[in-house]
Amino acid sequence: MANVIKDDASKSAKAAEAEHPSGDPRFKLVDRALKRLQYQQDALIEVLHTAQEAFGYLSEDLLIYTAHQLKLPLSWVYGVATFYHFFSLKPLGEHTCIVCLGTACYVKQAGEIVSKLQEEFGIEAGQTTPDGKLSLSTARCLGSCGLAPVLVLDGNVVGREGPASTVERVRALVAGQIAPVEPKSASPSLELEEAEAL
Amino acid sequence: MNRDDLQTIAQKEQERQQQFRCRLLCCASTACLSSGSPSVQEVFEQAVKANQLTKEVQLVSTGCMGLCSRGPMVRVQTPNEPEILYEHVDRQIAQKIVSKHIVPEPEVTPDVTPHVLSQDIPFFTRQTRVVLSNSGNIDPERLEEYIMHGGYKALVYALREMSPEQVCDEITRSGLRGRGGAGYPTGIKWGLVRKAPGDKKFVVANGDEGDPGAYMDRTVMESDPHRVLEGMAIAGYAIGAEQGYIYVRGEYPIAIKRLEKAIRTAERRGLLGSRVFESNFNFRVDIRIGAGAFVCGEETALMASIMGRRGQPVPRPPYPSQSGLWGYPTLINNVETFANIAPIINNGASWYAGIGTEKSKGTKVFALTGKLNNTGLIEVPMGITLREIVYDIGGGIPNGNTFKAAQTGGPSGGYLPPEHLDTPVDFESLKALGSIMGSGGLVILDNESNMPDMAKFFMEFCMDESCGKCLPCRVGTVQMYRILDRFTSGTATWADLQKLEELCLLVKETSLCGLGQSAPNPVLSTLRYFREEYESQIRENTIPLALGKNGDKQ
Repeated sequence: MANVIKDDASKSAKAAEAEHPSGDPRFKLVDRALKRLQYQQDALIEVLHTAQEAFGYLSEDLLIYTAHQLKLPLSWVYGVATFYHFFSLKPLGEHTCIVCLGTACYVKQAGEIVSKLQEEFGIEAGQTTPDGKLSLSTARCLGSCGLAPVLVLDGNVVGREGPASTVERVRALVAGQIAPVEPKSASPSLELEEAEAL
Repeated sequence: MNRDDLQTIAQKEQERQQQFRCRLLCCASTACLSSGSPSVQEVFEQAVKANQLTKEVQLVSTGCMGLCSRGPMVRVQTPNEPEILYEHVDRQIAQKIVSKHIVPEPEVTPDVTPHVLSQDIPFFTRQTRVVLSNSGNIDPERLEEYIMHGGYKALVYALREMSPEQVCDEITRSGLRGRGGAGYPTGIKWGLVRKAPGDKKFVVANGDEGDPGAYMDRTVMESDPHRVLEGMAIAGYAIGAEQGYIYVRGEYPIAIKRLEKAIRTAERRGLLGSRVFESNFNFRVDIRIGAGAFVCGEETALMASIMGRRGQPVPRPPYPSQSGLWGYPTLINNVETFANIAPIINNGASWYAGIGTEKSKGTKVFALTGKLNNTGLIEVPMGITLREIVYDIGGGIPNGNTFKAAQTGGPSGGYLPPEHLDTPVDFESLKALGSIMGSGGLVILDNESNMPDMAKFFMEFCMDESCGKCLPCRVGTVQMYRILDRFTSGTATWADLQKLEELCLLVKETSLCGLGQSAPNPVLSTLRYFREEYESQIRENTIPLALGKNGDKQ
């Protein structure tokens, strides 16, 4: 363990992370969050957020790992993870389509968009197609009511779509005709500053 | 950092802005970002770079300009000339704006008049902007611009010239009431927490804006994050807290990012953290990210969530003001409430009390959505009539349809029918009509909407969001949903109507927290004003025309 006790904090952290038993590098993101939050049990939701961001969903192993690290009963961690809609315990499909069902979208026929999509892809909202290509879900208001009805396709917000045009878009997305666009950063200046701060 | 430093920063910023011959403000709030403002900004950036004008033209990404349905919006400010506002800007129009305003000697001056939006239209002139005064005018990520517009002056004034009691009194005298929906007088709440015994106290800003159709808090946090922080710090000083939490919905990534940055810069400058403004007052703010549970807007559930638990409410009393986070006295206010604090301290309680009605003071931000020509975010004085909001600010109902109802307060609220269009919008008047002010979602429905269907929509929401702790809410919402489903699928009977009414009262009276207690409100409200629609559905037993063959809305 001599290499851990070094003056350079970041280097020693890296060395410790590299020794993670599973060998999965994504765990080091979780570990970093755990350290930043000082292994406080109150920070469970923050840790789960980080874990879901790193892994895409919360697998059983991940929940067990989090419970161990925070010294919480697994039932407690499972209870929190299932309580909040944001956490998914199942892997998502390659592409995601979220349809907003907030009031403003609902009065502008978002309900029909969902039923058309369900018909088209043969899955219910909240499910993933058997080939793992598409996950369809609904959301309770994304706060973009001025653009109603609103969808989120692979993280990009799309507004003012009708049922037919939505199906077209999603089909193109699944067929890979639209390259998944990286959501452009809202504030390039922020990242610059962050880089400077580091 | 002290008061003089604050002034120096403001002056420097002003000088910096005067160097530019043109300021291009581009809306970078969620609605405009998703309708293409990043590509517009890109055009501007490239043009400025290509013409080497970085010293002459200032590009600013601002917060929300209000009229979200006409986004992306761009504002051009040039000294000695009236500012120009452009709507529906895309790459091509951006290019035209470039040649009109940026390039010094263009070969052709393009005609952009179809996209110029007059700022004299009622949408802008009928508003009174207090909370949103900076929104759309400043870069939310630059502390200096907030300071230039008078930011943090209230905090330093409170710290230097006022005692904590005086701050509480000032807020009480202003008549400010909680903007989260219930309308509890803010000053009284502060006084309660201040007097509560406890060696630690907490300030919590509730930004868990779960109501579908509402996005006021998100806009405030995105467009003017420092205003919220300043309000929280003043609250911390008034009640004796050293730690604050902002609870933000996980669905608001931009708001989270901007708040994080705002907290970092404020701490670096000594406006937050230890020894704020070189006084003995310490105040730290941390962000807590919600994970998608509507019930977490309820204060006890919100505190459970901050402490990393399932967001389930607990019976009150004890109220959070006595025993909140980790058992310590805790002040919970809505984000918008905190955003009102700095202007009150700056301009005085009597100024604020002069806006609004006798019992509801000040302004209220509404998210105006639904079947309207102008949808977006508005801030109006309390007591404005619904008619003014719908027809003047909202520009009326599109497609030749007629106004049928205004939905206020989200799933906890109710409907206002056309005969009440002249009702003043304030806490008391809305309550008298069986609705609530709520957090500020205002959804307009036209004659194509089916009321039992709308009631079912909200009931489904409450059914999904019920945390499951108390029985009336957990079971009652499901049963009410099933009955409402019979109305929209054409199989309802008179017995159903009777049972529905009984259930509404039962759930309202016996639920543990606000979610259950208010879940029947949309049903009760539609029964009150649109009972005929329910009855005709029983009589005719057909699926209403507005709905399709599955009872889903077409």
